[in-house]
Amino acid sequence: MATIWFMIVAVMVAIYVVLDGFDLGAGAVHLFIAKNNDERRTIIRAIGPVWDGNEVWLLAAGGTLYFAFPQLYASGFSGFYLPLMMVLWLLMLRAIGIEFRTHVQERVWQGFFDTIFGISSMLLAIFFGAALGNVVRGVPLNPDGYFFEPLWTNWRVGAQNGILDWYTVLCGVVALVTLVVHGSLYLATKTEGELNRRARKVASFFWPVQVLLTIFSLIATVYAVPGILQNYTRWPIGYLVPFIVIGSLVYMYFAHARRNEKGAFLASSLYIIVMLVGAVFALYPNVLPASTGSQYNLTIYNSATGAHGMSVGFVWWTLGMILAAVYFVFVYRMFRGKVRLEEGSDHGY
Amino acid sequence: MDALTIHRLHFAFTITFHYLFPQLTMGLAPLIVVLKTIALKTGDERYDKAARFWAKIFGINFVIGVVTGIPMEFQFGTNWSHFSRFAGGVIGQTLAMEGCFAFFLESTFLGLFLYGEKRLSKGLHWFSALMVFLGSWMSGYFIVATDAWMQHPVGYERVADGSVQLKSFWDLVLNPWAWWQYAHNMSGALITGAFVMAAVGAFYLLSERHVEQGKIFVRVGVIAALFVSLFQVVPTGDAQGRMIAQNQPVTLAAMEALWETQPGAPLVILGQPDVAAGKIDNPIVVPKMLSFLTWRSWGAEVAGLKSVPKEDWPDNIALLYYAYHIMVGLGTFFIAITAVACLLLWRKKLYQSRWMLWILLLSFPFPYIANTAGWMTAEFGRQPWLVYGLLRTVDGYSKMVSAGNGWFSFLGFAGMYTVLSVLFLFLVRREIEHGPEPVPTDLRELVDSAHMTPAEVR
Repeated sequence: MATIWFMIVAVMVAIYVVLDGFDLGAGAVHLFIAKNNDERRTIIRAIGPVWDGNEVWLLAAGGTLYFAFPQLYASGFSGFYLPLMMVLWLLMLRAIGIEFRTHVQERVWQGFFDTIFGISSMLLAIFFGAALGNVVRGVPLNPDGYFFEPLWTNWRVGAQNGILDWYTVLCGVVALVTLVVHGSLYLATKTEGELNRRARKVASFFWPVQVLLTIFSLIATVYAVPGILQNYTRWPIGYLVPFIVIGSLVYMYFAHARRNEKGAFLASSLYIIVMLVGAVFALYPNVLPASTGSQYNLTIYNSATGAHGMSVGFVWWTLGMILAAVYFVFVYRMFRGKVRLEEGSDHGY
Repeated sequence: MDALTIHRLHFAFTITFHYLFPQLTMGLAPLIVVLKTIALKTGDERYDKAARFWAKIFGINFVIGVVTGIPMEFQFGTNWSHFSRFAGGVIGQTLAMEGCFAFFLESTFLGLFLYGEKRLSKGLHWFSALMVFLGSWMSGYFIVATDAWMQHPVGYERVADGSVQLKSFWDLVLNPWAWWQYAHNMSGALITGAFVMAAVGAFYLLSERHVEQGKIFVRVGVIAALFVSLFQVVPTGDAQGRMIAQNQPVTLAAMEALWETQPGAPLVILGQPDVAAGKIDNPIVVPKMLSFLTWRSWGAEVAGLKSVPKEDWPDNIALLYYAYHIMVGLGTFFIAITAVACLLLWRKKLYQSRWMLWILLLSFPFPYIANTAGWMTAEFGRQPWLVYGLLRTVDGYSKMVSAGNGWFSFLGFAGMYTVLSVLFLFLVRREIEHGPEPVPTDLRELVDSAHMTPAEVR
């Protein structure tokens, strides 16, 4: 049962990254591809009705993690105290950037909100990548199962970890580039004309960067985290992961070149999911490896809640997800298609 | 200041600020449904416009509620990790259910409600408003159920490593404590919603703008406010008070500043508690009233603070006492003014009674204060326990997070929330200045009053 919940949390995180990823990416690029007010409004309209729902996946995943693996929640959240607080502030800034721009008419304040939205989106992408890097690399857990990491120490992967070292910074950059491509491909599906052309240009420019960084980060992971391939040796089926990653990148390229906008976006989504699957596959059954020695690892066994809680949770979780899926299909259908400003809206955007 | 104090201050500050917003969300949502329902039933354009105006305020308020709410879930892990490890298996259930059931529902239908009026049929748009209401009220239940478990733990079992785990899902979700607390809390939220609506209406009537809409706001506001203000005292407030008397007698004693156990205990209306000396200065009391209210008998014995060791006393008795008395005092005030306002409405004099409109306008902060004071009563009253009888507050915070790091984020939040407050007030004021779309009779008045150019009158 703990394994099932491990997978459930992983799936929810993956859904979160794919969904909120495109609006984070759209935020990160919108300062560069939208040249005038109408274009910026178009971008906000493209994500406006859905970004809040996308972000709910973060809360739902967090809540699920909390009750299924309370020990992990307690250790991880207190150990990553400083970066999490900054993530919270960035999430606030981003939300007000998106939502409040539509409530003001003055250019100067619209520009202010746009800038806040852009910068906070970029930083969040980097933070989330670095967070994943920390989990893969391991943290200095003490015998009680707690740790506290300063923001940085000596930038090396070693005994005195900081949140940021060369490896986690690399993960942050990979995440930023991935989401920039992801967001641009999403915007391409939602826009027309000049804006669509620029969004596709950004994706074309960053695609080779993404390929290089992917290869480099895989090599770096194997180098920085010895033993990361244990599960791959044990269950060789895991080696499918790099093949699917490469396949999705290749498909993304061709779909993009042929202006199959939806295909390219779906390929990018697949890429994100499989990259995460690769990381999760390597970690299992650990949920938070200890850089202080594997005897301190937090695993699904020593951090999970009791059996009753997990099986009861499974019933309502399934129900909740069916409902959530229905809402998502409904709302994405309602706002499907390209954004056209002249359609108007009663409440801004 | 030690780490425990800063972690407590951190949570207290962020939760107090946060709850200023959801109370209006939960209070306005049903009132918007009322407006939409009247519009749908009668086809009266005015009510659609009223709903659209409130939807804008609701939208601004909702965003701040969401962004200040995310830190609450995070803080269980970041600042209160020992509590999370201890109780996460139980309260994580209700918190995760809030995410899976309430947040998805709320965010989806709010998107449809705010951005989809032109794409949806009238019926579906009404349905979206209803679902937003349902989502926000479900969210409220899961949070109250979580707090209720901390006040009155049920459905759990202790396990070998010292933590607690879920034993009975239904006991947790149907915690009897949660029912009354929820009813009391939600009618408190409705009081906020109704008072804010009435205040905006009164403002329009007093400034002679948007008069038709102002009348709707005042009417819907005062009628709703009178009903919920009564419901707030009887049965919900009364029942909650008796629940505290039965399950947390020390808390009740501290709320009332009752030092000695005594039969026929008096009810203190006013006075300043002197905790060190164990007495009340300048007391104004109603003899035997407390005994009657708690046990329905004038001579019943009520336990005083001195009946338990001092280490089990709430650690801030003076503030607890004041919070409770402010809540009760304001609750009484709400009934008084809404009763008079409804009487005037019935006699068809309300819209001309400028003095009453002024009172309604100036009263809108009081429900916020009363709701905050109510939650302070609940949470200070729970001290020194984090989970009543099971885990002390001193054992619950994150031992790995130093006071210095706690200060860092506390100051960060203080700065961030200052910015949010300024933005919120600025944007809401702007919407109120702009007002609802004019209804035909209002149109000329708007142009005449030169608050807007004809082009702006859409």
